[in-house]
Amino acid sequence: MKNIYLDHAATTPTDKEILDEIIPFFSERFGNPSSVHTTGQDAMNAVDNARNTISKLLNCLSTEIIFTSGATESNNFAIKGVVKAYYAQHGKNAPIPHIITTAIEHHCVLDTCKSLEKEGLAKVTYASVNKDGLVDVEKIREAVKENTLLISVMHVNNEIGTMQPIQEIGNMLEELNKQRDLEGHKKIYFHTDAVQAINYVNCDVSKLKVDMLSFSGHKIYGPKGIGALFIKKDVKIKPILDGGGQEFKLRAGTHNVPAIVGFGHAAKRAQENKEKNDSIQEVRDHLIDRVLKEIPASYLNGSKEKRIPNNANFRFDNIEGEGLLLSLDMEGISASTGSACSSGSLDPSHVLLALGLRHEQAHGSLRLTLGKNTTKEEIDIVVEKIKEIVERLRKISGNVLSEFEK
Amino acid sequence: MQYSKKVLEHFTRPKNQGEIENPDAVSTVGNPKCGDIMKMYLKIEKNEKGEEYIKDIKFQTLGCGAAIATSSMGTELAKGKTLKEALKITNQNVADELGGLPQQKMHCSNLAAEAIHKAIMSYQDKK
Repeated sequence: MKNIYLDHAATTPTDKEILDEIIPFFSERFGNPSSVHTTGQDAMNAVDNARNTISKLLNCLSTEIIFTSGATESNNFAIKGVVKAYYAQHGKNAPIPHIITTAIEHHCVLDTCKSLEKEGLAKVTYASVNKDGLVDVEKIREAVKENTLLISVMHVNNEIGTMQPIQEIGNMLEELNKQRDLEGHKKIYFHTDAVQAINYVNCDVSKLKVDMLSFSGHKIYGPKGIGALFIKKDVKIKPILDGGGQEFKLRAGTHNVPAIVGFGHAAKRAQENKEKNDSIQEVRDHLIDRVLKEIPASYLNGSKEKRIPNNANFRFDNIEGEGLLLSLDMEGISASTGSACSSGSLDPSHVLLALGLRHEQAHGSLRLTLGKNTTKEEIDIVVEKIKEIVERLRKISGNVLSEFEK
Repeated sequence: MQYSKKVLEHFTRPKNQGEIENPDAVSTVGNPKCGDIMKMYLKIEKNEKGEEYIKDIKFQTLGCGAAIATSSMGTELAKGKTLKEALKITNQNVADELGGLPQQKMHCSNLAAEAIHKAIMSYQDKK
């Protein structure tokens, strides 16, 4: 039985060609880039090359790219780092700064904000989204306060694939910051978590008008354990790791050279491969069309239009997602769900609940995220399997839910 | 999800799944919020000794793999037992018979014994 992997939002396989580029940096070209000798400098050159390539993808200066261990660290760094710099500049008795983010961010952004709130270091507004999972620029603007320091909005949502109006928020903020400058208020920084966006949408930071942007290697067919944070040169930020002077004194720790090399190659390919998006979208649309047409009481979660090309997120009445996932897995199909039962927590996906879905609706969700090699034939197999499984599970569940809908 | 072979067997081919027409006892446990709802249907008769026993039992479950497997195993354990015996079945018994359950599933999805007890008690209350 051939496995069909439809969980590319979770992670992607490292391209074989990229792997070949990485391998020499383990045992042959193993130097520490911080070393002055030739072996070290060879590794440093490799790191610099990767940094250059990545800066082209974002259209920024190479010195504005800081390597991290992944997007979780990048997001922690961006948010905690500017708060830390704020207190360093204004003293620990300064007024508590304000952060605006959204209810549908990844946990590494939400939990970072919550931990700052808990420590009394920041106040946070979690902007709601509409039923399609889209952030309203006006809502973000209305949330701005005199002491707002940072706005953090994800570029693309990892569960429902919705593309947020980052450029519009960037434009709005540019105007607002001009006005604030005249009024003597602090500039508001704009951060975006672009980890799910890099493969599919333009991440030119000058166009988006973001001050910081997080992303990682393993979502773009590169290795795990490597990410980066773009930090525009005038942003006041402090490191969150203490130690050596790596990464322009902003991120201590020996460079993960093999992963950085792989990340560089992956970024280059991501830039070149954007034209493949149309063919991915065609296969994905085929999936959505077939599921909605052939499976009764099935729905698409999130916006149909403002959605990256590889994401489909469905929900089925009278179905619990983990059972569906488990059955698909037994057929060699890898997928994901927003059901609590698969995550070990008691609540289903905070993203699906933020769309206004009821718990039982969120429990019945299925996320399928395609890759560049996913074929229409594979999708046809998957649709047939989903049909069989949904029918089987619905037979088991009967209509027990009806008792609760009185 | 780390499920035992037995759990997967009962999930894929559940025993006693469905509805009983004109059941003598019914119960529903769980709630939509946590995602697992289990409904039990019991047919109760008297054996030669005059004791009431579970002649037939069926379930309907909306829930995860563990919820379906425990429903199946719970009904297997209860079938043919006297009401007195069936009331002694515990959630732990059900999990043990399945070769164990992942820790996080022990509380939220392991509801079969509870459902059987609830059905029997509502039946006894009615009498």
